[in-house]
Amino acid sequence: MTNQFKLSLTVNGNRYEREIEPRLLLSDFLRHELGMTGTHVGCEHGVCGACTVLLDGDPVRSCLMFAVQAHGHEVITVEGLGSIDDLHPIQQAFWEAHGLQCGFCTPGFLTTLVPFLEENPNPTEEEIRDAISGNLCRCTGYENIVKSVKLAAEKMRA
Amino acid sequence: MKPPPFEYCAPTTVDEALEHLAEHGYDAKPLAGGQSLIPMMNFRLAQPAVLVDLNSIADLSFIRPTDDGGLSIGAMTRHKMVEKDPLVAEHAPLIYETMPKIATSQIRSRGTFGGSLAHADPSAELVCVSVALDGEFKVVNKQGERWVPAKDFFLGLFTSVMEPEDLLVEIKLPPFPERTGWSLMEIARRPHDFCLIGVAAVLTLDDKEQCQDVKLVYLSAGDGPMEAHQAAKVLKGQAVTAEAIQAAAETAASEDIDPSSDIHATADFRRHLAKVLTRRALEEALGRAKGK
Amino acid sequence: MTKKYIGKRVRRNEDPRLLTGQALFVDDVEIPGMLHAAFVRSDYAHARILSIDTEEAKKRPGVVAVYTAEDMGDDWELGPPLVSPPPTLEDVVFNSRRQAPLAKGKVHHAGEAVVCVIAESRYIAEDAVEDIWVDYEPLPVIVDIEKGIQPDSPTVHDDMDSNLAAHIHQKKGDYEAAKAQADLVLKRRIVIDRGAAAAMENRGIVAYWEERSQQMTIWDTTQAPIPIRNGTAARLGLAENQVRVIAPFLGGGFGPKMMMFYPEEMLIPWISMQLCRPIKWIEDRRENFYATTQERGQIHDVELALSKDGRILGLKDDFLHDTGAYDPYGLTIPLNTQSHVMGPYTTENFSSEIKVVFTNMPITTPVRGAGRPQGVYVIERMLDLAAKELDIHPIEIRKKNFISPDAFPYDHEIIDQAFAPLVLDSGNYKPVIDKAAELIGYDDFIQNEQPRLRAEGKHVGIGILPFIETTGVGPYEGARVQIEPNGKVNLATGIGTQGQGHFTSFAQIVAEQLGVKVSDVRIVTGDTSEFHWGTGTFASRGAVVAGNAIHAASVGVRKKVLKLASKILETPEEELELEDGLVRVADIPHQSITLGELAALANPLRGAVEPGTEPGLEATDYFGPQYGATAFGVHAIILEVDPETMMIEIKRYITVEDCGTVLNPLILEGQIHGGVSMGIGNCYYEKLHWDESGQLLNASLADYLIVTALEMPKHIEIGHMETRSPFNELGSKGVGEAGAIPVPACFAQALESALHDYDLEILESPLSPNRLFELLQDKEK
Repeated sequence: MTNQFKLSLTVNGNRYEREIEPRLLLSDFLRHELGMTGTHVGCEHGVCGACTVLLDGDPVRSCLMFAVQAHGHEVITVEGLGSIDDLHPIQQAFWEAHGLQCGFCTPGFLTTLVPFLEENPNPTEEEIRDAISGNLCRCTGYENIVKSVKLAAEKMRA
Repeated sequence: MKPPPFEYCAPTTVDEALEHLAEHGYDAKPLAGGQSLIPMMNFRLAQPAVLVDLNSIADLSFIRPTDDGGLSIGAMTRHKMVEKDPLVAEHAPLIYETMPKIATSQIRSRGTFGGSLAHADPSAELVCVSVALDGEFKVVNKQGERWVPAKDFFLGLFTSVMEPEDLLVEIKLPPFPERTGWSLMEIARRPHDFCLIGVAAVLTLDDKEQCQDVKLVYLSAGDGPMEAHQAAKVLKGQAVTAEAIQAAAETAASEDIDPSSDIHATADFRRHLAKVLTRRALEEALGRAKGK
Repeated sequence: MTKKYIGKRVRRNEDPRLLTGQALFVDDVEIPGMLHAAFVRSDYAHARILSIDTEEAKKRPGVVAVYTAEDMGDDWELGPPLVSPPPTLEDVVFNSRRQAPLAKGKVHHAGEAVVCVIAESRYIAEDAVEDIWVDYEPLPVIVDIEKGIQPDSPTVHDDMDSNLAAHIHQKKGDYEAAKAQADLVLKRRIVIDRGAAAAMENRGIVAYWEERSQQMTIWDTTQAPIPIRNGTAARLGLAENQVRVIAPFLGGGFGPKMMMFYPEEMLIPWISMQLCRPIKWIEDRRENFYATTQERGQIHDVELALSKDGRILGLKDDFLHDTGAYDPYGLTIPLNTQSHVMGPYTTENFSSEIKVVFTNMPITTPVRGAGRPQGVYVIERMLDLAAKELDIHPIEIRKKNFISPDAFPYDHEIIDQAFAPLVLDSGNYKPVIDKAAELIGYDDFIQNEQPRLRAEGKHVGIGILPFIETTGVGPYEGARVQIEPNGKVNLATGIGTQGQGHFTSFAQIVAEQLGVKVSDVRIVTGDTSEFHWGTGTFASRGAVVAGNAIHAASVGVRKKVLKLASKILETPEEELELEDGLVRVADIPHQSITLGELAALANPLRGAVEPGTEPGLEATDYFGPQYGATAFGVHAIILEVDPETMMIEIKRYITVEDCGTVLNPLILEGQIHGGVSMGIGNCYYEKLHWDESGQLLNASLADYLIVTALEMPKHIEIGHMETRSPFNELGSKGVGEAGAIPVPACFAQALESALHDYDLEILESPLSPNRLFELLQDKEK
């Protein structure tokens, strides 16, 4: 069965149109059809959070969505947050507070945190920890990630 | 871990969706938030031939107060929307308290209220809470519609009264009577995991502060949401003392639930936890009932 | 000498790329014409393969090739033996059994690769996997090492009459004589179970054989690209310089990504040569639980003989070690356990017999800690019991037995994973444990805080204990440092990197010698075309072994710089200094030349390079330590447990680490945080549940529980002590694994303390709420 679907969506502000199979996961579409490999795949069953992207502003697991379902929607990936020369304040804070080590899980944390900090400009430690509890990190023990989020909140309030 | 192939359709109306479901019967599976179905497809444990994607049916996403002071929620309303809606806080405080406990924020962005119920997972918070709240589910198919009380909806592990051509479209939650308190308590390995055991408690006091009505519904305690009828008998018409609570907790743990053993907990440990949580949940519900 | 760059809290050079999704990981490699692999893996833990039917799969549109072991013909050969038993050890029994690229005739563990499908996409390859039918004859399964070692046990390998993979007995002094004189002899059985490394990135490999250039390029999630290059060349009949292995950014390693020669690493390059197409295989999470190595399964029968004042007179530790279905990685783990069971303590009479057992489970190889956590757990649990029995303060009993500072270098006289007797290079242990005790307020907690909390109905306990970590073992690493005419510095080293911050800490070592900005040092790690001598990143050796090689190469370049600058500036070398990318005459700052200009002058386009000198400002050097460097540390923990629900909360966590010269405290602290988080997982969350038929019951991240931000303590308080290693120039010791090593032992002590009313004795790891419930139930009975 090769029923191809015509998909049209916006990723990081750019419009894309592709013919795809309906079973193609959004994570694979972003990574291998669009070449946006910043979104990482760690489990493909919705637990690790590495593949988190923003769908119409909300953080979602891109491994738990078919790309066809993003038709007509707007996706933002880590590549859409900031660039090497112009980091998003959250990216900047992760750099300064050593909020990453291998960096594999990091894109999922960043995308989760963008709407979180927009909705909670001054979060408590507990709120931060709960917000990132759907993202697994095997390197940092989370302490410096929490520190990064606090620092990012300060930067974004300023 | 890539999903198997399937045919895909994305109807924009309920009628259109029902056409597809009727046409494909057992081969079709409605796709709501997909936060349980898609992982199962990625593991290839589920291989539906046709997916009827409900995400484009705008009419199924709503939260409305009902005339009797309760709440009506569209089946495709996303968890996140329910979590953030002030109407929910006002009209369904137990639901309001439940929402942030469901999985993680990313799952709640995508997962839907009705999808969670239709999946009929006995470890799912909303399954048990909807029973504890005497919810009613509107099920439609090409022939018509019917309202099914939550307590009759769930038949067992991942099974409900829904037939392949049926669609769950709306959930009604009645308001609490006066002097009602509630609690949802869970014990999980990590807070957002499926719990080892959980209990939703709704306690209504009469004007003498005795137990007029009580509902205790357990998560992860059997093949479906496990309502503790025996424990309720222990409490009804009685003063809600520490002794009565303890007696109810013991009855619930030993007689009302039927937990099984898995890698995370033995049935014994689950019964023990059920006893502890029943006590704690009833204490919290009692405090709230008195506070009203 | 005060350092300008080493020891500074420098933020990492590599982060901007990682933070913006611009860093290359193996699965990011896309090559036109690339094909994708998926595997049929055994459903059985032990079975004979009767037949394999691949016909349907081959017919599926999009499928390019299907391979079984038979299809490989004469090219089918077992993986290489990676680590042999130490030749220095006498009377070692070692039965080498190695994994195959594809199982032939028999499968020895669930998840073993049986058939490989190559298709236009991974989706199609997985469809074709479902088309393939393998007929198995199930055989008896060994999952329990104790049963597996019984004389009448069925065997994992047909050609063996037992499951004994290895047998080693090491001793010193006379344990039995010491025992006869002891006031107290404690004897216990301690059981430690398996866990997974569970790096967030699964394994993966892309192999590209370019027929026209006769070059093989491999991107591999390996911690050791050079051994993979050399081994791959040998297997494929290629010259070593025809094979380039690149280990790009890795999403964590933690041990199992070492030079394993996993089946996929043997097979995918071979298939690329067969098809002359680039081939990608990316392990999925389910495969990771079956096809990637694991660790920690051991059963110890331990005896500790003490005097009544708490001195260790003798220690006997006989244990079984689970090696899984094969043992390519030799005896590294059990030897580490054996040496760490003596830990920081003077142990004059020691006897330890190891039996390594084959089982029908995936292979075990080092996972962050690598046998050390088990050794630490065993000795520290025994000392806790001894302290209780003898009514000695738990800190005092340790201090009594510490190797004294004037006894270093201290020879434990036991051959360890480095094939040499374990010599502890340096240390001063008492101040470290005192500092930790002070930070956590040990005595005040016991005397005041704990009784007060107990009166409030809370069960809060404390634990504190030390550990050693042998780090930085040989054989060697190398590095090449070169100044470019633009004034920037290139550094290439052979080891791979998995998130340890090498792009920064190594740059600091270079900057220290050459006086350049840390961000001006461009580093290549793990690309064999840039540097092809060395072994890899494991055994907490990057900072020590590669670090010292980089230091040596930087010193070499510095010498060349000074020599040339001296000539040009007409100033004696000793009057020159390297600062801000310049060589300048001390006290006459305007008399200077940039490193870039010097680099250009050192590589002239005309004229002759003087005989006896080399062009360019470049040096290559190596470091090969005879002995490793042994780090020391103390962890302390305060935790609360709810004995009704068995839920725990870690209230405080303290570590005091002595890992010699600190290169970058920011990175060091991060390493400790991460190690502790894995250690906490090992205590109460992470366990692989294998059933009797050798099936894994929790092969997903939903059921294999990695700690989240909610289980971790809010703050890990870190105190540093610094005892330089005398065995290397930098004075550094490794720290990558340290965080994870003592956690289960410390946790057990704290949990017993919290539940002291129950008089619990914890002799197993990991625990879980359910297991704790059972232990408490047993106490009540």
